[in-house]
Amino acid sequence: MALTGKVWRYGDNIDTDVIIPARYLISFDPQELASHCMVDIDESFAQNVKAGDIMVGGRNFGCGSSREHAPVAIKASGIPVVIAASFARIFYRNGINIGLPLLEIGDDVEKISAGDRLSADTSTGEIKNLTTGDIFHARPLPGFVEDIAKAGGLINYIKEKKINA
Amino acid sequence: MGMNMTEKILAAHAGLKEASAGQLVTCKLDMVLANDVTAPPSFKEFEKIGGPVFDNTKIALVPDHFTPNKDIKSAGLSKAVRDFANKYNIINYFEVGRGGIEHVILPEKGIVAPGMLTIGADSHTCTYGALGGFSTGVGTTDLAVALATGEAWFKVPEAIKVELTGDKPADITGKDVMLTLIGMIGVDGALYKTLEFSGEGVHSLSMDDRFTIANMAIEAGGKNGIFPVDELTMEYIKDRVKKPYTIVEADADAKYCDTVKINLNDLVPVVAFPHLPGNTKKVAEIDDIKIDQVVIGSCTNGRIEDMRIAAQVMKGHTVHKDVRCIVIPGSQQVYKEAVKSGYIDIFIDAGASVSTPTCGPCLGAHMGILASGERCVSTTNRNFRGRMGHVDSEVYLAGPQVAAASAILGKIAQPGDLR
Repeated sequence: MALTGKVWRYGDNIDTDVIIPARYLISFDPQELASHCMVDIDESFAQNVKAGDIMVGGRNFGCGSSREHAPVAIKASGIPVVIAASFARIFYRNGINIGLPLLEIGDDVEKISAGDRLSADTSTGEIKNLTTGDIFHARPLPGFVEDIAKAGGLINYIKEKKINA
Repeated sequence: MGMNMTEKILAAHAGLKEASAGQLVTCKLDMVLANDVTAPPSFKEFEKIGGPVFDNTKIALVPDHFTPNKDIKSAGLSKAVRDFANKYNIINYFEVGRGGIEHVILPEKGIVAPGMLTIGADSHTCTYGALGGFSTGVGTTDLAVALATGEAWFKVPEAIKVELTGDKPADITGKDVMLTLIGMIGVDGALYKTLEFSGEGVHSLSMDDRFTIANMAIEAGGKNGIFPVDELTMEYIKDRVKKPYTIVEADADAKYCDTVKINLNDLVPVVAFPHLPGNTKKVAEIDDIKIDQVVIGSCTNGRIEDMRIAAQVMKGHTVHKDVRCIVIPGSQQVYKEAVKSGYIDIFIDAGASVSTPTCGPCLGAHMGILASGERCVSTTNRNFRGRMGHVDSEVYLAGPQVAAASAILGKIAQPGDLR
C-alpha cells in the first residue's frame, strides 16, 4: 500500500524518552499518549501533525526504554509509517508487533528533509521523495517477521495461527 | 561449526542442535518479567489472546517504577499488576516492601540462573547475562504473547567479543568499564548484536560489576550482554538458585563479527556527559562542573557493593551544602545489609536522603525530579534529554565512587580529589 504524506524530520538517536517522556506513562490510552508525543524536543508536533504525515529519523531511532507506549504514541498521532537510517531493536520489534510499518534505509535518509512529501509503499519498501524525485528502497523484513507485519501485528498473527492450527 | 554463548542458548531453547547469526528462531522461555509500567497494557493484549498464563511459576511481576505509588493513576497501574498476580496465582509477584527493583531482585532471589532464557518488558532485562544466561528486553505485545504461550521469536544476533585483559584497579567500578566500552563503540555500536565478554580480565570483575556491565548492553544498542560462568558466578548462585541450570561455554571456534579489547589496568574513573551514555570523558580531564543532585541506586548500581563503595567514600564527610544526595538501595535485602554494615548510618550522617527501593528518579518518575537548568551526577543508566525531569536539566552518568565524591565536593569529582 502506498502512503503519501508530509515529512516530520528528526535526527540521530531519537530515544523513547523523548518520543513519550516517562511522566506520561501513567496512562496507556493511545490518544492521551499521542497528545504528548515528541513534546520535549518538538512541541509543535502533537499540535500540528496531520493524519498521514510521515516521521523520518536518523540512526538508532527509538533507542532506550522498551516502552511500547512510544510506537503507540506515534501511531495514534496519525503517522502511518516511520522511516529511519536504522532502528533500535526493541522499538523495531514493538513497531512490527503493533502494526506500525518501519522502513530502514541507511544513509539515504540524508536525502529527506523536513516538509518534503514522500510516497512510501510498505509492501515493496519503495520510497519516493516527491519533492526531490529521489527513490529509495528499504531492507525487506526477514522470513515470518514479514507475516507478522502483514497480519497487522503480533496479536493478529498469533490469533490467525491459533485459528489455523 | 562453533557457536558462541548466545547461539548455544537460543538453539537449545528452540529445540535445535545449531543456530547461527541471522537465523530466525522461536524459543521456549524460562522466565517472563514485567513491571508496573509495562505489565498493565500487556494484560489488555493478553486478554485478546485469552488466558490462562503458560506457567504461573515462570512469570515475575515487579511493581518498581512508579512505586510506592506516586499518584492515583500509578496506583491504578500497580493495582492491575496485583489483581493479575492474584487471578493467575503468579508465584514471583513482589509487593512493595517485599522485593525492590526487578533487575536487582531476580538474580538475588535465584529466579534467574546460568543458561536460562529470559525476556522482560523492560529494556534492562539484559542484566541477567551477568550470570551466563540470555536475557533481553521486549515490549508490551511480545510480553502479552509470552504470558499466553511461553514463547518468543528471535533473530539470532551477530556477536561482538569483548576481550578483557589485566586486573581491574581498586578505584575502578563495573560502571567505568561499561561507560568506557560504550564510549569506544558508540550508543549503536552493538545494534541488533550481542556483547560477549571474555578473557582473563573477567575474573577480576565482581558479580555486582558484571550486573552493572550486562545491564547497560542496551545502552550500546545491544540485544544482550553475556558473561562466562566462573567460580565467582558459582559462589553467587550457590545458596540462591534451587532449580536445575546449564552452564554454557562458547566454542573455541565460535564466530564473532568483531572483537573489542580492553585492558582493565588502563581504566580510570569516567563520566558520561549529557545527553548520551556514550559521551564518556575521564573525570580527571574535565573542568569544574557544579552539580545540584546526586543519585546513587537503580537497577544499574543499586547493589550492596555499590552501597559499600559509596559509603567508603562518604565516611567522615558531609554532602556539599548545595547538593541533594539521594541513596536508593535496590532491594529490601540490599537495604537491610546496608543497615547492618553501617552504610546507611554513614549516608544519613553525611546528610544524604535514603529512600526505599524504587526506580523513581532514574526515569524521571518521582523521588528526585530535576528543575530547569539543574545538573545531577547519577549512577543510573540513561542521560537522555529530560530523562530525570525538566527538558533543560542534565544527567551525568558515573559509578558509585564518582557519584559519592561528587556529592561531597558539589562538582563532578573522583575520590582522589577529596584528599
